[in-house]
Amino acid sequence: MFSLRFAACAAGAGLFAFVAIGAASFASAAPPTASVTIDNFMFSPMTVTVPVGATVAWTNNDDIPHSVRSVDGTFHSPALDTGEHYSFAFTKPGVYSYFCGIHPKMVAKVIVQAR
Amino acid sequence: MADGGMGETDRRGLLRCMGWAGTGLVWTLAGGVPGSIGLEAAAATRVAKPFSFVQISDSHIGFAKPLNPDARVTFREAVAKIAALPAKPDFIFHTGDVSQLSKDSEFDDADQIISEAGLTVFHIPGEHDMLDEGNGKAFLDRYGKGSEGAGWFSFDHAGVHFVALVNVANLKAGGMGSLGVDQLAWLRADLASRGSSTPIVVFAHIPLWALYPDWGWGTDDAALALGMLKRFGSVTVLNGHIHQVQQSVEGQVTFHTARSTAFPQPAPGAPGANPGPMAVPADQLRGVLGVREVNFVARNTPLAIVDQTLA
Repeated sequence: MFSLRFAACAAGAGLFAFVAIGAASFASAAPPTASVTIDNFMFSPMTVTVPVGATVAWTNNDDIPHSVRSVDGTFHSPALDTGEHYSFAFTKPGVYSYFCGIHPKMVAKVIVQAR
Repeated sequence: MADGGMGETDRRGLLRCMGWAGTGLVWTLAGGVPGSIGLEAAAATRVAKPFSFVQISDSHIGFAKPLNPDARVTFREAVAKIAALPAKPDFIFHTGDVSQLSKDSEFDDADQIISEAGLTVFHIPGEHDMLDEGNGKAFLDRYGKGSEGAGWFSFDHAGVHFVALVNVANLKAGGMGSLGVDQLAWLRADLASRGSSTPIVVFAHIPLWALYPDWGWGTDDAALALGMLKRFGSVTVLNGHIHQVQQSVEGQVTFHTARSTAFPQPAPGAPGANPGPMAVPADQLRGVLGVREVNFVARNTPLAIVDQTLA
């Protein structure tokens, strides 16, 4: 037991060090992008979690236009026809509920986590 | 005086309604077996003279997919059917989704095509007509003369009071169609001066009854409007949005949704379906698209209701 915990701590420390290096390299690399597809009147995945600074990219694969509209007004895409894209970079942490402005029963959310 | 099985209110309403009858004919662009669709008998106020109008809906100009490679073509066919009607309708009423993406070119094409019927046209927007940067301003600039708010208005014609509602503005997450407090206040004032025997026809894009809430096929605050309409002897609600004919009756209010001229959609809750375009073989497309002619006759007769499909 003791040895396991020790190993876990060591591994944790190693992981932390790895992340620290990673964070440094993130600062100079492009922020991560999460992808959401719109198909069959649904946003997939319905919940996407990203770190602050990340971009979420939506693609409409449905055969009807949809749009992406946050409940709090933070972001609002134009109507996206089949194959069209929309991206938004999240600069503040929080939970962003959004829906399709054309078919408001389609709801989803983006969770933006602070570093 | 025997009740004959009808409720007291129904019987009273029917007596009031015997002054004139409305009939509805639903047309498709292709041939087929005649069916029937009903419009309730209306209130005792005699219409000035028999007349008809046409409801056209969901033209989605700009839609171009294998299912219908050019919505303008089928829209033009529908307008040609209207122009060829033996008795000229008094006007055309478009119940929305004129365009696919609210583009100027789409509205331009729709206007040019519908002008080929040579009739007065009224429009209310569907949700596809609210997609410009001004969230519906493009539609209003073009069609909103004399209207209020997001484009609602009313008018009287031959003794019938027509009310045009907009339930596609300010849609809320997780919600359905919405009329909003401003429009409801306007409606209350608009109806206040009308006698209860005035026949009322209400247009709205999204159905005003909860046809299928999971697909957004309903209007969240419709009950408030329907409460105001309850005292009238005859109320006919004509909707679009769902690209098929469905009907409902609540007291003296009858609801009818219309076909599209662009593409069909599945029946409510069809397994595995979504409320988007429903593929049909090319040779069946015109059998599921159409327009509706509504005839008002001042006659004390039972309703004669025929639903025809065109070849």
